Amino acid sequence: MKHTLAVLVENKPGVLTHISGLISRRAFNIESIAAGYTEEADTTRITIVVEGDEIEQEQVVNQLSKLVDVIKISDLTAVESIQRELALIKVKASAATRSDIINIVEIFRASIVDVNRETMVIELSGDETKIDALCQVLDDDHGIIEIARTGKIALSRGPIPAKDQ
Amino acid sequence: MRSSTQKCVTNLWIFWSSCSKDEDYLIYLNNIFAREEKVRVTNLIITGAEAIIESLKNENVDVVFGYPGGSVLTLYDALYQAKFRHILTKHEQGAVHAADGYARATGKVGVVIATSGPGATNLVTGIATAYMDSIPLVAITGQVSVPLIGRDSFQEADIRGITTPITKHNYLVKKVEDLPGALKEAFYIARTGRPGPVVVDIAKDVFAASFDYQYPEEVKLRGYRPVFEGDSSILDKVLAEMRLAQKPLIFVGGGVNLSDTSKELKELIDLSGFPVISTLMGLGCLPNDHPQFLGMVGMHGTYAANMATTECDLLIGIGVRFDDRVTGLLSEFAAKAKIIHFDIDPAEINKNVIANLRVVGDMRWSIPALNQEVKMVSDELKGQVRPWLEKVRNWYKEKPLTYVQNSDSVMPQAVVEKVSQLTQGDAVIVTDVGQHQMWVAQFYGFKNPRSLLTSGGLGTMGYGLPAALGAQCGLPDRPVILFVGDGGFMMNCQELAAAAEFNFPVKVLILNNQCLGMVAQWQRMFYGGRYSQTSLKGSATDFVKLAEAMGVAGLRVSKPEELEKTLQEALAIPGPVVVDIRIPEVLDVFPMVPAGACLDQMMLGGIEE
Repeated sequence: MKHTLAVLVENKPGVLTHISGLISRRAFNIESIAAGYTEEADTTRITIVVEGDEIEQEQVVNQLSKLVDVIKISDLTAVESIQRELALIKVKASAATRSDIINIVEIFRASIVDVNRETMVIELSGDETKIDALCQVLDDDHGIIEIARTGKIALSRGPIPAKDQ
Repeated sequence: MRSSTQKCVTNLWIFWSSCSKDEDYLIYLNNIFAREEKVRVTNLIITGAEAIIESLKNENVDVVFGYPGGSVLTLYDALYQAKFRHILTKHEQGAVHAADGYARATGKVGVVIATSGPGATNLVTGIATAYMDSIPLVAITGQVSVPLIGRDSFQEADIRGITTPITKHNYLVKKVEDLPGALKEAFYIARTGRPGPVVVDIAKDVFAASFDYQYPEEVKLRGYRPVFEGDSSILDKVLAEMRLAQKPLIFVGGGVNLSDTSKELKELIDLSGFPVISTLMGLGCLPNDHPQFLGMVGMHGTYAANMATTECDLLIGIGVRFDDRVTGLLSEFAAKAKIIHFDIDPAEINKNVIANLRVVGDMRWSIPALNQEVKMVSDELKGQVRPWLEKVRNWYKEKPLTYVQNSDSVMPQAVVEKVSQLTQGDAVIVTDVGQHQMWVAQFYGFKNPRSLLTSGGLGTMGYGLPAALGAQCGLPDRPVILFVGDGGFMMNCQELAAAAEFNFPVKVLILNNQCLGMVAQWQRMFYGGRYSQTSLKGSATDFVKLAEAMGVAGLRVSKPEELEKTLQEALAIPGPVVVDIRIPEVLDVFPMVPAGACLDQMMLGGIEE
């Protein structure tokens, strides 16, 4: 089973190294990891998607909690949450194929952020399956040149922030 | 200073306008001036290097182990000027093991200093050793100057990156203002919760920079709040399981030694009447001759301890981490038992063995709290456990640890027994790693906590000699006796010179079989007797001459009849002594559970012979 963990850490150099080092050393199965600043300047929020049973999940949480720079971990799988990923997709696009791509982009409610004579760059945010679906269509019909994906980020619904859970 | 006075004036104005009585205001003013006075006294403009010494004093550190070098020149200059006690070993690895031995023997934080690059990387094995056994250490390493970091400069190594997986936490200090906070946190983290090593890597220019030094009074770490007191309601459930159990077993580990709770543990043992087994690291926390004690469990554990583990219906693990050398085949370990796990580290619960009940918290809280409850049903528990206790005691008596008596050769087990007898189990025993380590664990009659210093988790050869020096440094009035193999001795034998220099009266007993005994034992058992690279005959060293060359007395025992007299002679010498004890080459440690087998599948070997 997949678990989405919100990990609040000190915004200090070396913290990501500590976390990624621990994950690889303990051989945890991590699907994605995404980090960024938060509403508090001294805190970074890392969203980790981990695959494993309850026991493995507990070990991930317990081992990560032992890191001095980890302030709080909350399991967003256990609560109602919104989960999103952002993708930038560079797709082959000639004058002839452009309009078809625009149609696809509209259906997925994505947006076009760059166009030139040979390619287009499409931006899409959504859950993993939605991004996978868009990539599939674009690749099959037009050919994808490159993709950049952020990994999942997540927030719980309701008023309580992760740090207070 | 000026800005703080300005702020003070503003504050005074605000305060005065809010004061109801003039007296209040006067008292307030007095306090302010008193505080200003204090600030002026402690306002200390010093260098980073001097700040380290002040911080060490603040942490009640009275000795450091180390080795100088380019990046720490300024620090060593400050040590020199402050006349701070420093033990110069012959190798940085020796320094870090010595700091570790000091910490294990005294319970205080051990401090080691090394220079950047190779100095720091030479600490790595020692840091990993301390990490695996949860030993509080602070390692201060020099780093190249800030402008040179990241440029592959001379003697530069990313020691923070290198030690991340083997430290509880680590720091790179690039600004002198960050230094007091980093040191305060380092000592706090090293000694609290589950102890462990912390590295503080300090850039060379930080040592020389001057600043206004103030040592923080408290530590504020949002992400580090070690639990002392856990959920006490769980103890009712523990008691309920204890009352239900017909075949209970208490299983103690290094956590009891580390938390200094052997007294509380003994009370629990006496109140419950339950039989007890121990890990290697737990030895000493209960006297070996306690009537409920069944000895060490695991790969080279006693027959009784291993059988009791297999047969018990309740296993209460206290400060243990269910290491593979203890459990054997994990799925069959204590398979008939419910498991209760006491530990300070929540991450230890369910890591290797799934616990039915968990008691997370400091043992200084949990054991006394449990004792309170057990006290009420003490007679009931003792009565209930009697048949089981009789059974396991019979195992212990029927199949005790034993060895082949041989009138022609000095048997290593006999050496350990003789030392145990001569010291009445009262010495601080240090070991290296290998066969001798297991014989010491099996045949020394430990009486006191913190009296066996051994690299249990990492199994570091070369640990013993420097660790013994550190222990002796911390406990100058206790007899410190090192058992070491001829292989492990050679890994850090340079530290004999340090023993001589500081006149640490360590008794070094080399159990010399001219081979790497434990590896050879496995080759004999599992590799068709092909002794690949385990014979040391070709390089056999005269250890008596080696000792004398380094300024240490050297003695030799080749025949059984020489043993007692020579040991007595060694113990009577006031300084360090090396005793080269010639033991047979082909000997096996028994009992033995092959790696990955069930605990009840012991090879009893010598016992049946």
